[in-house]
Amino acid sequence: MSEIPGDLKFMKSHEWARVEGDGKVTVGISDHAQGLLGDLVYVDLPDVGDSVQAGNACAVVESVKAASDVYAPVSGTIVAINEALNDKPETINEDAYGEGWLFVIEVEDAEDELAELLEPDDYAELLEDDES
Amino acid sequence: MTRKTILNDSHRALGARMVDFGGWDMPLNYGSQIEEHHAVRRDAGMFDVSHMTVVDLRGDQVRPFLRRLVANSVDKLKKPGKALYTCMLNETGGVIDDLIVYFMAEDFFRLVVNAATRDKDLAWIGAQAAPFAVEVRERPELAMIAVQGPHAREKALSLLDEASAAKVAKLTRFAAAEASLRDGGAPLFVARTGYTGEDGFEIVVPEEHAVALWDALLAAGVAPAGLGARDTLRLEAGMNLYGQDMDETVTPDEAGLSWTLAFDADADGAPRAFIGRAALEAQRATGVPRRMIGLVMDEKGVLRHGQRVLTDGGDGEILSGTFSPTLGRAIAFARVPAGSANTGVRVDIRGREVPVRAVDPPFVREGQVLVPDA
Repeated sequence: MSEIPGDLKFMKSHEWARVEGDGKVTVGISDHAQGLLGDLVYVDLPDVGDSVQAGNACAVVESVKAASDVYAPVSGTIVAINEALNDKPETINEDAYGEGWLFVIEVEDAEDELAELLEPDDYAELLEDDES
Repeated sequence: MTRKTILNDSHRALGARMVDFGGWDMPLNYGSQIEEHHAVRRDAGMFDVSHMTVVDLRGDQVRPFLRRLVANSVDKLKKPGKALYTCMLNETGGVIDDLIVYFMAEDFFRLVVNAATRDKDLAWIGAQAAPFAVEVRERPELAMIAVQGPHAREKALSLLDEASAAKVAKLTRFAAAEASLRDGGAPLFVARTGYTGEDGFEIVVPEEHAVALWDALLAAGVAPAGLGARDTLRLEAGMNLYGQDMDETVTPDEAGLSWTLAFDADADGAPRAFIGRAALEAQRATGVPRRMIGLVMDEKGVLRHGQRVLTDGGDGEILSGTFSPTLGRAIAFARVPAGSANTGVRVDIRGREVPVRAVDPPFVREGQVLVPDA
């Protein structure tokens, strides 16, 4: 289990969000989530230009074991998707917080939505509670 | 209460992700189940299958008893050491379990049955054995390791003493022999059987020697593989999983297992009266209503248990479904109406009808892809 980077915020459903500072938020799934899913074999990403609402499913990651919806942590417009995952979905297993990112959302004013997300320490605590 | 095999600590030391399987705490994978899958297809892998139930049957009447108990004919077993895959049916022709029968001696046969069905199997076998005065003895003190893959036999043989290795090297498919380890001389029962579609052995070993055997196989370059890889390997190989592909509501004819049925006769010419025979014959007379087929999906996505299958003859459902690491696409077994065509088959995946190809399993055998254009 890799360290949880300090600059991320999390949903209880194991998505991470990184605020990039230019109105853009990069989204992925946590290292814990990829571990639960096991070897990923497909990702179904949104299209660039799609509008997404915080809390709504907007992508699917599928492992040998199970398919899992990915929820948008914030509302906005999809401005980039990680197309490399179509050929190498296992990148998520190898580097969930880095090369395994899923998509980028451009937000207008996401302050309130971001405030709803978990800080790294809170997310780590959630995982500990899950395991106990 | 979760049960542990003698190799539980070995799995944890190797970093296995553990999972509950039929009441047993078993390794799902040791990192990547896809890598473990490829290790078995290309080289050699091993599985802890100590959770499976070994049952020894002894008595003068053990052969007549098995002629009644199981749907395949133990009279195909002519030489000690030979093994047979068969279903054990109830009176309505439903499958209580699938198992392997080993012919040890005329008064001694060994069964290996599934872990998840242990209790009902032992109750059923015990009840049926009583009139034949056959002793039914479970052997929980025996562990079992399956060593599978194109290089599995040579790696396992390297651990046996000279005389054993010479004998075991000559085993034909579905045959077994007693053997002993070179270091320490632990007594083994080695069968050239498996559940992966690759060559290899299933090795029965007394619990107290199991860890040493596991470690020796590791040192010989055999990769540990978990239940995840075991499932994708057996599905590619066209092998059924009890509880998912068949159960007591399904006959072998509806589960792709007609090849395991033997409608043979006793010495006096009368039909062999195995349990379930009358029900199977009645079903065949009126027409078997469902059949099992293999499916390959060329589109993105994974076929999963319970998904609805649409055919021109009505709906069916996915039994076992998974992503096939060898084919790089999804494969499945499905049960569909008997008269349905193999063309135009679709699967309902979250409300979307995705076209699939109906094929005859197996999908992969001995490293070779058997599906056209896959």
